[in-house]
Amino acid sequence: MASLIGYYSLIIGFSISFLIIFFSIKNLSKSKLDNKIIFSVFFQFFFVSLSFLGLVQSFITSDFSNETVFNHSHTTVPTFYKISGAWGNHEGSLLLWLLVLTLFIFLFLLRSNDQPKKYRIFTLLFQQIIIVGFFVFLIKTSSPFNYIFPIPKEGLGLNPILQDPALAIHPPILYLGYVGSSIIFSSALAAVVTNYISSSWARHIKKWILTSWIFLTLGILLGSIWAYYELGWGGFWFWDPVENVSLMPWLALITLLHCTLVLEKKQILTSWVVILSIATFTLSMCGTFLVRSGILNSVHTFANDPERGLFILIFLFILVFLSIFIFLFFYKSEKTTTNSFFWLSKETSILINNWFMMYFLSVVLIGTTYPIFLEVLSSEKISVGPPFYNKLIIPFLVPFLLAMAIGPKLKWIKSELENKLNLILFLIISLLLSTFIIRNLDINFLINTILVTSAFYLFLITLKDFFSKKFKNLSQNLAHFGFSLLILSILFNNFLSTEIITNLKINETYEDGALKINFEGIEQKNEQNFKAIIGKFVIEHNGGQTDIMQPELRIYNQPNIITSEADIKTTLYKDKFMTMNSVQNQEYFNIRYQVKPFMIWIWLSTFLISLSGMIGFFKKRYEN
Amino acid sequence: MYGRKVKLRFFFIILVLITLILSVFLILKSLEENVVYFKSPSDIRTLSETNKNKIRVGGMVKKNSISIKEKKLNFIITDFENEINVSYSGAVPNLFSEGKGVVAEGYLKDKSFFLATKILAKHDENYMPPEVKAALEEK
Repeated sequence: MASLIGYYSLIIGFSISFLIIFFSIKNLSKSKLDNKIIFSVFFQFFFVSLSFLGLVQSFITSDFSNETVFNHSHTTVPTFYKISGAWGNHEGSLLLWLLVLTLFIFLFLLRSNDQPKKYRIFTLLFQQIIIVGFFVFLIKTSSPFNYIFPIPKEGLGLNPILQDPALAIHPPILYLGYVGSSIIFSSALAAVVTNYISSSWARHIKKWILTSWIFLTLGILLGSIWAYYELGWGGFWFWDPVENVSLMPWLALITLLHCTLVLEKKQILTSWVVILSIATFTLSMCGTFLVRSGILNSVHTFANDPERGLFILIFLFILVFLSIFIFLFFYKSEKTTTNSFFWLSKETSILINNWFMMYFLSVVLIGTTYPIFLEVLSSEKISVGPPFYNKLIIPFLVPFLLAMAIGPKLKWIKSELENKLNLILFLIISLLLSTFIIRNLDINFLINTILVTSAFYLFLITLKDFFSKKFKNLSQNLAHFGFSLLILSILFNNFLSTEIITNLKINETYEDGALKINFEGIEQKNEQNFKAIIGKFVIEHNGGQTDIMQPELRIYNQPNIITSEADIKTTLYKDKFMTMNSVQNQEYFNIRYQVKPFMIWIWLSTFLISLSGMIGFFKKRYEN
Repeated sequence: MYGRKVKLRFFFIILVLITLILSVFLILKSLEENVVYFKSPSDIRTLSETNKNKIRVGGMVKKNSISIKEKKLNFIITDFENEINVSYSGAVPNLFSEGKGVVAEGYLKDKSFFLATKILAKHDENYMPPEVKAALEEK
């Protein structure tokens, strides 16, 4: 029943698209925005929500006549994960895409009353093109409401690895970020058509850029935390293609955000802003394409279907050609007003930011897509791993961090560096501080000292600004501060992490110079849809301090998969992390014990970065 | 001769071009050095020489081939035509088991012995790495 409602609501929502397009075109010549349009956009959103709720309801009631539910649920799955299962699969997640698309355009219409009417209508039209594309995609290739008969008694179950609180909310948050960029795309095209790329447009679109960026940051953060404790590797970023595709729009968004700051002040960089707006959404779409088509070899790849990939690819090409066409045809080059600026100015520093961001973006883009091209061209199968990214990104972090510290201190158009002495003093302090720390560690001295110095420099300068500038530019300062904290935590996490991997039988002891791990035993527990095997390990450190770690293995009933749950003891200074794995038909358990310093600071600093976005969002205007 | 503005713009474009070329060069150079090739046991058999680069080997874990000691895990990867012995000390992913697909990353000692530094995790019981699937289908 719920499935039926869901299906028909989807069809109704689809038909409303044409109504909206019809009303919008009719309304173009009138002076006021027709209320009919806002109503129909609301109804479209309403019906898509209804359809989504229909799917969720089918999942809650375990209605296995619905193919999606049958494939991704089971009666014994806890209700919370039944609900999250609704978007934990291809069909459901696309419906969620569509829901967010319609939600955002509705919000856009409500929140853009002060904008020119023509611009609003064109934004709506472009957004409808995307929406129609997704409706067709959903209904034709991946309907979440397919009916199966005879009705199966039991579902195939939800992938246990998705049965986790962080991953339950990860997709919706990430999608708010991905799909949020669709508004930026539509609105940039609309602004080009109506020749409205101006400072007032920049001010207005900045809120949308921030929204999208905040959600994307939080989404990536959640995914990263999940990977940390659920995948059992103890890392937080693997340079996996699927992570990379979420990083690319993030980089594009943050570049765009900095550019709009310039556009807000002056009529320059206009074409660049438009190109970035288009690129952001295109990259989000590419992400969906790469993940869904399954051409990427990734630890995230789930079952997939080439036909769907092809559809997204074609749709992507249509959007790209449409935007290139609009850009070339309608775009009027900037009126040559006084658009020169001195080399030492905020404009220059933002250009430097753009340069670095574009460089990082190209590294990630090439590293992610190169294996695909190579396979097509030479049928060699390859993968590109962390060393590639580390080598290309880390050296450039140094000038990037320094520029992040100094850039915000510059003024528009022409600037002198104030307090030169202060800036140099801080550089010396950070240099001394990092030399002192790195000397005591057993790592490459030169490279790491330079790296840590630049990170400390940004850290100290932004920290000082919290006090000297009070709350002026709070969001900018907090973002840069958060970034320095993130880099510092990652660096020291890397320097100081230790790891022991060994195979133990019950009652055996592992011993090295610093600690002893006693495997005391295992105990079994039966849960709703899995059987837990909990190991008990007593770790005696040399100082006499002991820890009890209880990593867990979960044997799920349907599908029959074993997952491991890490036991993590978190403190402000470090995480102690332990996982246990059984090896088939063997008495040995594979044990991994890690000490990971400053883990929590990696999460906190990323949260600070997104918090800075929220502060920026609620503030009226950027001060200078 | 030219106005200051024209000169500036010219300078700017040159700068962009140079950095662009430099970064593309840097990226491609680094790609060459850091790419990890994927091979099946049969591919390895036909190699003319074993070099020191890191590679990935994929296939199925042969039935009854896993043996485990305190430090080491030994098993055999097969593509049902050729096989290779793998020795590994490190963390084992959950879905690693006999008769299932596996991808191991590491270094070739010789044509029948592979020293793995990493065994890759998978998320899905039915999931088979695309390379493994392709390698098996070729047979």
